[in-house]
Amino acid sequence: MTVAEMAKELSLKPLVAADETREVTGGYAGDLLSWVMGRAQSGDAWVTIMSNANIVAVATLADPSAVILSEGVLPEENVLKLAETKGVNIYMSEEDTFSVCGKLAKLL
Amino acid sequence: MSDELKFHFDVHGDNFTSAGEASVEVKKKLRQLGFPPDVIRRVSIAMYEGEINMVIHARGGEADVLVYPDRIVIVLEDHGPGIANIDLAMQEGYSTAPDSVRSLGFGAGMGLPNMKRYTEEMNIESTVGVGTKITMVVKVQ
Repeated sequence: MTVAEMAKELSLKPLVAADETREVTGGYAGDLLSWVMGRAQSGDAWVTIMSNANIVAVATLADPSAVILSEGVLPEENVLKLAETKGVNIYMSEEDTFSVCGKLAKLL
Repeated sequence: MSDELKFHFDVHGDNFTSAGEASVEVKKKLRQLGFPPDVIRRVSIAMYEGEINMVIHARGGEADVLVYPDRIVIVLEDHGPGIANIDLAMQEGYSTAPDSVRSLGFGAGMGLPNMKRYTEEMNIESTVGVGTKITMVVKVQ
């Protein structure tokens, strides 16, 4: 499943669609950045409520296929600009982390 | 003479937003040099954790990355408060980070454990009141 297909299935709003053709190979949920870096796998869709600029650095290093901000969280404009320059996919869901993960798990 | 490539970075202590720039830069360079993705991931994550530690605890520091064909050596040095109890600091979940840092998603007590987890060798030299020097080696399999 590509990021674009996942976004459609989960009704995600694209905030930065840097590479929608990327394959989603798994999922990971977490807000503590070291946990995410230590446990998330490359290709996972990462679901979080964290929206500060550090999520872009973590995404660049841990290499998830997309970052999904749950609970309708919107990052500041500079975070989105940074994600664009780094080629990081960022989407937003109005639903909470549990609901997003439940639906994602069914798709995978 | 050895044929290593050396990269040097100053890690600024006052800025969580720019923290990670050195790690991302190293990731880019290692990719250009053709290292395997797993090696690049481990080096850049270990280095990012070290960078964040220096920003949180030591008002910044310096990072040197030495690239050899068979291994990558990361040296992080700061003049911060030092680590009083290294065994305790190495335990997952133990953290002395302030609440202001936790609200950014850091301070989970996973930094040093992650650095150890992602590297083949890790050595910590630290003196309270003087500073900390961490040397990590990632081997290229």
